[in-house]
Amino acid sequence: MATVLSASGEHVVAASDGLWLTAADAARATGWTLKPEGMCRDEACVPLPSSATRQGHVDVAAFWGRLGNPVLHDEGHETWVLGIGADARNEALADLAAADFTLCDLGGTPHTLSALRGRKVFLATWASW
Amino acid sequence: MIVAVAEDSRGTEQARQWIEQAKPTYWSLIDPDHRVAELYGMVNVPQSVWIDETGRIVRPAETAGSTDHFRRMDLKTRTMAPEDQAARMAARKAYLEAVKDWVLTGKHGLAADTARGKQPRITPEIALAHAHFRLGTWLRRHGNDAEADRHLAEASRLHPDSWNMWRQAADLEAVGNAGGPAFWARVQALGDKPYYPPPDLPGFGR
Repeated sequence: MATVLSASGEHVVAASDGLWLTAADAARATGWTLKPEGMCRDEACVPLPSSATRQGHVDVAAFWGRLGNPVLHDEGHETWVLGIGADARNEALADLAAADFTLCDLGGTPHTLSALRGRKVFLATWASW
Repeated sequence: MIVAVAEDSRGTEQARQWIEQAKPTYWSLIDPDHRVAELYGMVNVPQSVWIDETGRIVRPAETAGSTDHFRRMDLKTRTMAPEDQAARMAARKAYLEAVKDWVLTGKHGLAADTARGKQPRITPEIALAHAHFRLGTWLRRHGNDAEADRHLAEASRLHPDSWNMWRQAADLEAVGNAGGPAFWARVQALGDKPYYPPPDLPGFGR
């Protein structure tokens, strides 16, 4: 079993041979769905080379890298990070839409930024350090 | 609404006492992975982003009222000269006044083209740095300190402008390190570059 750290959180998956995942695990970890056209999200599809897919499995590391995103793993190949590439980040920032997120308060209750739509938001970071 | 986010990879451990002291009526959230910093291109705390009612960013990430006066602090007595203290408080007040003006009248919110131009620019190095930081903090959380620290060091190497990454890594080594001698040396190495670049707002003559 491996842990994938992605934009949608932490996902425990059954990985083999690097980060080959079932289509279901790939969808959970990446948000992209395996279809005949390739990996698809919303209306966009990215074709997969035959080397990156077999029998309903996806080489997620290869796929993610093809999107221009960083892929990292620990020495034991047990923990993987599917990062977001610079182009995707800059596109999102240029769009000016405040990126959504869900984080917990001290009590463990999750709060989602987009729930505040309709009000002005002053989003401020701080740290104990 | 104020959304305060603690970029604290130790989770609630150290953030709790500050939040309980503040008794906030607003959202006070914990962000161990520094996700908000990554999403908004932030590099230091305190930084803020202003978001309008439609969910659009009207002021990209900027210093939220802090100044560089602390750099003149007497490190032995940990005190600042009265003029510096006064200037520092005046700057904080000016920033909060600007926020209030915006809430009440919309003033200081930037038009889309202007805001777009002020968004942080993410390089491939910075994007990779965030991935290393994510892995490093996760490995620290799961007891793999040596390997974690290699990734955290790589994150800072790739994104040297991120005080968040460097100071968080120092804090994970030991609470207090983020404000220790290595920190002061790194601040001094800035030379004339600002630690807290001032925002383009009244009261922050640039």
